Parts: sequence; structure tokens; C-alpha cells
Amino acid sequence: MEIRLRVFRFQPEKDQRPRYDVYTIETDPTERILDLLEHVRGDIDGSLAFRRSCAHGVCGSDAMRINGHNLLACKVLVKDLGTSEITVEPLLGLRVIKDLIVDMGPFLEHYKSVMPYFINDDIPADGKEFLQSPEQRARFDDTTKCIMCAACTTSCPSFWSNTEYVGPAAIVNAHRFIFDSRDTGAEKRLEVLNEQFGVWRCRTAFNCTEACPREIKITQAIAEVKQVLTSGKLE
Amino acid sequence: MTQTHVFDVIIVGGGGAGLMAALNASRTAKTAVLSKLYPTRSHTGAAQGGVGAALGNLEEDHWEWHAFDTVKGSDYLGDQDAIDFMCQEAVQSVYDLEHAGLPFSRTPDGKIAQRPFGGHTNNVTKKPVRRAAYAADRTGHMILQTLYQQCIRNGINFYDEFQVLDLLLQDGVTAGVVAVELATGELHVFHAKAVVFATGGHGRMWDITSNAYAYTGDGVAVTLRRGIPAEDMEFFQFHPTGIYKLGILITEAVRGEGGVLFNDKGERFMERYAPSIKDLASRDVTSRAIYLEVKEGRGIQGKNYVYLDIRPETVNLYAEKDGRTNPDGSPYRVTAEEILAKIPDIADFCKTYLGVDPVKSPMPIQPTAHYAMGGIPTDKYGQVVVDAQNTILPGLYAAGECACVSVHGANRLGTNSLVDLIVFGKHAGLKAAEYANGADLPVVHGDPADFARQQIDRLMNGSGKEKAANLGRELRKVMSDDVGVFRTEEGLASAVEKVKELRERFKEVKVGDTSKIFNTELLNTWELGNLFDLALVTAVTALERKESRGAHAREDFPKRNDENWLKHSLAWMDGDQIRLDYKPVVITKYVPKERVY
Repeated sequence: MEIRLRVFRFQPEKDQRPRYDVYTIETDPTERILDLLEHVRGDIDGSLAFRRSCAHGVCGSDAMRINGHNLLACKVLVKDLGTSEITVEPLLGLRVIKDLIVDMGPFLEHYKSVMPYFINDDIPADGKEFLQSPEQRARFDDTTKCIMCAACTTSCPSFWSNTEYVGPAAIVNAHRFIFDSRDTGAEKRLEVLNEQFGVWRCRTAFNCTEACPREIKITQAIAEVKQVLTSGKLE
Repeated sequence: MTQTHVFDVIIVGGGGAGLMAALNASRTAKTAVLSKLYPTRSHTGAAQGGVGAALGNLEEDHWEWHAFDTVKGSDYLGDQDAIDFMCQEAVQSVYDLEHAGLPFSRTPDGKIAQRPFGGHTNNVTKKPVRRAAYAADRTGHMILQTLYQQCIRNGINFYDEFQVLDLLLQDGVTAGVVAVELATGELHVFHAKAVVFATGGHGRMWDITSNAYAYTGDGVAVTLRRGIPAEDMEFFQFHPTGIYKLGILITEAVRGEGGVLFNDKGERFMERYAPSIKDLASRDVTSRAIYLEVKEGRGIQGKNYVYLDIRPETVNLYAEKDGRTNPDGSPYRVTAEEILAKIPDIADFCKTYLGVDPVKSPMPIQPTAHYAMGGIPTDKYGQVVVDAQNTILPGLYAAGECACVSVHGANRLGTNSLVDLIVFGKHAGLKAAEYANGADLPVVHGDPADFARQQIDRLMNGSGKEKAANLGRELRKVMSDDVGVFRTEEGLASAVEKVKELRERFKEVKVGDTSKIFNTELLNTWELGNLFDLALVTAVTALERKESRGAHAREDFPKRNDENWLKHSLAWMDGDQIRLDYKPVVITKYVPKERVY
């Protein structure tokens, strides 16, 4: 089938403002959007810049706006879009550096602010694993799936209006540890999330949950963190 | 302007091996990690099924059994001292990961869950053993995340999106690396006493591949250009179960959980190729079986794929036939829900890319280029050795897929890539720091960035008669046609000539993008140059090795030949010429014998 691919372009060394380039491409409906971008860069215009690596939805490099939705370019097939008009743009809310590449710096700073790492140095005396029941393990399974693609945070209206908000991805990564029965750092993380730009900035828009390519129930995870802060109890 | 930095230890690569090295080196030495990707984008994150370690959480197991299985899996080309070391260390390393927070799946009594995997056996009964410690079907993702998280906790210095271009050596001693900062296009010189390469594999030279775009063999290519040999490059693993046409990996854990392979006639063909272990035979054996089924016209609808079936009715039927039991002795039976809980990501891939629900329909699969057994030669502490006498190059280390210890020999067992990177990543980091703490920083004579700059200039100023994308397609075609699952003298000889021709034509490529900021065309073109170099070494070493062993299967030499070929290859690159030498395999207690599954 023939498609019209409109791509957001911004070349900081020569462009004053962004533009859209249009490529007419003959393609198979089962091609990934990433395949189309690769085709453009390899065969038509080498200057098109975008990030990618694994090409099957596990590394999180190629989150971008495709026909207005935050998606991984490698996880969307042409046929999934149901149209031959395809527009590809960078994520919103992060500075565009070049074409589809945005500055991930602020996103990573928010991530780091919630202490996204396991805290418990009291290793079992026998040197073996901390014991954890399958039920305790299941409690935080969903939020272990995060690949830090930023699709959620950059779809969040609260984040767009104030980028000091830690954003859904950071909360997801805090949730992963807060609800891990082995971890001892919940209190400190909850303190961070209770601050002005913490979890209360979430207005339950559900955009994050829709945007997540890993199908993490992000809004629910945020609600669970709010619940702990309200009740003061970690169930 | 070239910026300069000074560190004790520089680690190149932010995947599992690099981050393990960083966590361990940074305890005693000033350390930084350079990574061309954000570290969490590294290919370790794509590993699915598990990490092998004889924890014995569900049944009797011993690290010695793991070691024997690894030796056998390697088709006796693995060095047995290093294999013993790895399998012994694996147990503590898995506990270390758990203590760092890794969310392993759990047994009913709260221990780390373990599942069967190809080639891992109870050495007495010869039956599959539950040895692969796992976190659903995203074990690699969880390892990568856990290590990155701990790096943040420990304040590791990261240079994200820095592409290494050159290794600095001064008077035969390691002196640092040169890298380009992708965001600015500026060159940076990192002076260091010790350098650890952890740059991953090079599976992008084949058409059907499970490998990330980033897998272009950068570390091996950089060291080859600096006169360091590459070891056992003829051995590259083709994983039997890649998604048809796309090559995306379907973990062996699917067969571990009871999945069965079928041909067009509905035959469970692995019964013929591996009578005792069947669908859980080693990867090389299974890939060849699929290739032969297809060749004999028994691919699905006569095409070049077969079915992998994990529907509960299929699993239960064959579990009953095989007499498979649970740890408590009850018959092994599964429901669709249980299957989906154990392989959620696989189910997602199938739905996304094939429109297939794996508990309702079988998955179309074909062998996919997967793992480099060969790479930068090291000893079991990650120290790079540069000749057949194992002479150490002071200050240089390698770990993970880019290294060849060799623990995988001619064929890697499933789960052992993750074992490799946690064990050898750790020891390479420790050794590098230890060395750096007793060494002086070498003074580099001349302009250290000179060779890196020359490489860039050449790509920017070519004639433009050739297009990189076309040459890449030609490379992948010739490697797939002639340097794949099965090989012949004729095919390999023509592949060597073709790759030489492509390398010549590559000199005529010109990068069109003249910008400095995120010039990804320049980066990708440089990476393609690495693949050409590694492809030449692979084809030449494969042509030279006149036997079949592990992943290297010669139609014209179908048998393993221990008399002449029980040895590692070493290849040096000198322009178009590849110089070869060989070194003995370390044999301790496992005497080579015929490999039957």
C-alpha cells in the first residue's frame, strides 16, 4: 500500500523553526512505523534523527507521537493505524533537540528523585535470597515492567502544565519499591511523593495508562501511592 | 575542540556486563561508564527466559552439573577451568542480584523460582533440570534495571550517548579511549589506566536477527583495528525460535514450560533429532533440525518456518506422553492462564507482530541470528590476552558478549549469557580497579584523537558513489545465504570474496548529513563499517575450520574433528588480510566425547 508519512523535522544547526517533511512510501501493512523511519533515513534522507535500538518494544528508545498518540514506533504496524496518512512527531513536554530526539535529562532527573533503587542492606544470615511469597511478589509485578520510554510522563496534562511535576514514570518506579515486601525505603520515597510536585499533581486524566506500551495500570499505581499517603498505612 | 577526562577505570558499554563491572570497579577506583545508548536501552534488557545457577530451589542440582552441561553444550570447545569458575560463581552472583532487589519470580515457599531450559540436565537421570532462575519472561530486563538502579544509588558517573571510536594504547599498555558525544558531535579523550569493553554482540550482520540495531560489534572492531585478535569468530549462535520474518526472539522458556515444535505434517520432529531431551535440545541442534525439516519440504505450507505450540492442550498431551511431573511428583498440567502468567511478553509480541494468541494458535518461527560466542579473547578474570600464549595486555579488560573467555565454546547454552555477564562483568570490574590502583596513568604521545578523527573524516569525505544502506543489505544477504546455520567450502569462499568487495565499495560511501548534533547517519555508517570487519573475520575463520562443531555446521565436513580442530581460532586484521593462529582448549576433567541429546 502507499502511505504518506509526515515527519516533524527540526535541524537546530540550520532551522529557525520546525517543519514537516512528507514522504510517499510504498509499504506492506505489516511494516512497523520504525521500519518506515529506517527506510527514510537509509534510502531517502540520512539527516533524519531518531533513537531506536531493540525494535521490538522492550528497550524504550523510540517513544514518539504517532498520529497524535504516544507510541513506540517499533510496536505499531502500519495496519494498526487504519489510515495511509501517518504523522510522526517528537514527545511533548521535553525539549526537542533534533527531529524526533528530545532531551531526556529532566525525565531522568525526576526518575532519580524518587530513589528508584532497592534499599535493604540487611542480607539474610544464610547468605541466600530474601524470602518473598508469590502473592507479595505479585503485589508490585505490574510496575516492574517499566522501560522508561517516557510515553506516560509526556502524555500527562499535569506534566505539560508544569514540568517540575515528577510525572507518572517516576511514580511507577517508586511504586515498584514501595510495595516490594523486601524493601525498607518506602518512608523516604513517600516523603518525596508527598511534596508539592509529587503525586498530588496527578489529576487522574488516565492519559498515562493509555500511553503505556507495557500496559502498566499507571493511574491505578498512582492511586495506590496516594492511598498509602492518605491512610498512612502500607498494606 | 576535544575535551579530555581522566579516570582510573573506563567502562565502555552500559548493559549487564558493563554495569556489573561499574558497580564493582567503582568501590575502589574512580570509574565512568560510556554508553552509546541510555544504559537501560541496552540489549541485556531483551533477554527473556532466565539466568542459570544451581540453586537447587526446586530439585537436586549441583554447579558441577551446570559445568558439565556447559562443556557439553559448547561441543567441548569451552575452556573447562573458566566454565567451572563461572558455574560455581553463578550461585553467589544470583543471590547478589536478589540482594540488590531483583524481583525474581517465586516458588510457593518464597524462594527464587527456577525453570527448565535447553541443555540443562540432571546429570544422573539426563532429564531436564529446573536451573534457570527467572523473573517472568523478562529476566534480562530486570537484571538491567536492577543494576542501573544500583548504579544510581552508588552515584556512578555515566556518559550517556557517547560512542566509543578508538582504544588508546601507549607502549603496549592501555591508556584510555576516544569517544564522540552524540549530542554535540565533539570528540572526547578519556585517559584511563584501565578500560573494560562490554559492548555486546554483532548479530546485525544477518538478515533475520533477534539483535538490537545497536549490536554492531563496536568493541571487537575497535580492538581489531588496534592489533588485538578476535577469538572463535566462526561460532555464532542461531536461536531456533525467532518470530517468522522478524527474527524477534521467542524464549526457550516456552519449550521449558512444555511448548513443542511441529512441522507441516504435524510431527513432533525433535523426537528424531534428540530422542531423550527432544524439544529442549541445545540451540544449535534445534536450529539445524528446523533447517533440515524446511529443506526437506516439511516447513509449514512448504515455507521456511515451523510451528512452536504452547497451547495448553498440546502441552498437556505431550507432558503426559513424556511422563513429566511437578516437583511434588504429581503430573505436570497447565492452563492457559498459567502459561500467560509465565510468558506475558511473548504473548504480547505474538499479538502485536503476528496477530496470534499463543494459547490459541501455534506460533510461526524460524532460526534467528542470536549470540556471538566469539569476541575479544580474555582469561577468566576478564583480562584481555593477545596471542596463543595468552599474553596479557596490561590494563585492558572485556566482559559479556563482546568477550570470549571462552565459556561458550562452539555453542552457548540458554541462560548462560546472563550468567556470563554477571560473573565476568563483576570480575573484570574488580580486576580493572585492582590494576588501576597499582598503575600509573600512561602519558599518550601525539594527538590521541587522531585515529578517531581520521575515521570520521573518511566517512564524511567519500566519493558518494555507494550508499551505505545498499551495502548493508548486500552484507546481510551474503551472510544469511552463506555464513548461516549450515555452511560449505564453496559458499564460504564466495562470502569471503563478497565481503572483501563490499569493504572496498564501503570506501566510496559518503555521509550526507553534515551536522554535528545527533548525526545518526554518521554513527550508523561507522557501525556498518564495524560489521564489515567482523563479517570478514567470521567468514574467513569459518572457511578455515574444516569440521562441524556446535554452531559451526559444515555440510562438507559433517563430523567434529578433535584431532585437528579441538582448538580456538585467533584472527588478526591487517587491512584486507586476516592472519590466523590457534590456541589449545583448556581441558580439565571432562574428556571430549560425542554429543547426544
